[in-house]
Amino acid sequence: MITSVVIPAYNEERMIGEVVAGLKDKVSQIIVVNDGSTDLTAKMAKQAGADVISHSLNRGQGAALQTGIIYALNKGADVIVTFDADGQFLSAEIDQIIKPLLLGQVDVTLGSRFLDDRSDIPKEKLLILKVATWVTNLYTGLKLTDIHNGFRGLSRQAAALIEIRQDGMAHASEILEQIRKHNLKYQEVPVTIKYTDYSRAKGQKVTNSFRIIKDLLLSRLG
Amino acid sequence: MIIKILIITFILFVLWRTTLMYRKNDITGRELMIWIFFWCLVAGATLLPQKTDIIASWLGVGRGADLFVYLSIIVLFFLAFRIIVKLEKINRDVTKVVRHNALNAKKNQES
Repeated sequence: MITSVVIPAYNEERMIGEVVAGLKDKVSQIIVVNDGSTDLTAKMAKQAGADVISHSLNRGQGAALQTGIIYALNKGADVIVTFDADGQFLSAEIDQIIKPLLLGQVDVTLGSRFLDDRSDIPKEKLLILKVATWVTNLYTGLKLTDIHNGFRGLSRQAAALIEIRQDGMAHASEILEQIRKHNLKYQEVPVTIKYTDYSRAKGQKVTNSFRIIKDLLLSRLG
Repeated sequence: MIIKILIITFILFVLWRTTLMYRKNDITGRELMIWIFFWCLVAGATLLPQKTDIIASWLGVGRGADLFVYLSIIVLFFLAFRIIVKLEKINRDVTKVVRHNALNAKKNQES
């Protein structure tokens, strides 16, 4: 059973080595998609033991994820886990993401920071995440507690069916739309999100939600 | 009167630029004809504004100048929409090329 982790990374030289090292003994393959970084992200990831694929231009997290997923599928991955490069996730929790997939219980597992109180979520994020979750549940018809969480697991079949066309952050909503469209079985899994100064500086701003809405609307015109 | 001279000068300038673009093969003959037709219409409306009032009244608009503004807004909105959609497509194509190159480079590295 081949388990691959796909990590999209853009200018993450500070954290990527640590993130890759933390995952090393837990999965078969770690794929870092260096998304046009201008720093030493690719070098640090490689040194830590990751397989690095480099985009020559920065295309966004969604684009990098899709590249990594294609590569993982080509390498025969049975389970693909998506993971953030900024050190917000706990590598120890990857087993909980993978387990339902290995048991064949579901096609997709989705990390959620809202299933228990293990994450200390900043108040300004809490409101926008709750509103975004409510809106997304409304139009996808899914019942989720957390919609913009990059910690997720996909069975090989699910990864082959889901095609991420949203290059930017709207890919998170798009994946949920496709789960619905392909009628994939999913399960939410409680995960921890660490809010460090670094991850808060690198992470999504509240204003990004407007861009996500714009991207989702535009994708329906194209 | 001055405004008419300014508009006609501008139209002549645009027609000259459009012809140059056609000669450089930047636009097709069909596109050149469409632009010439469009700018001739604008020139006609500038030189004979009273004639546009007739068309405007057929369409239930008070004055030809008002009709011109309404039509311009509609055309501009449509063009903006077309450009946004086209830009989205170009963005997706760039991603496809970048992805293709990245995966190929990795493949070559491995072999």
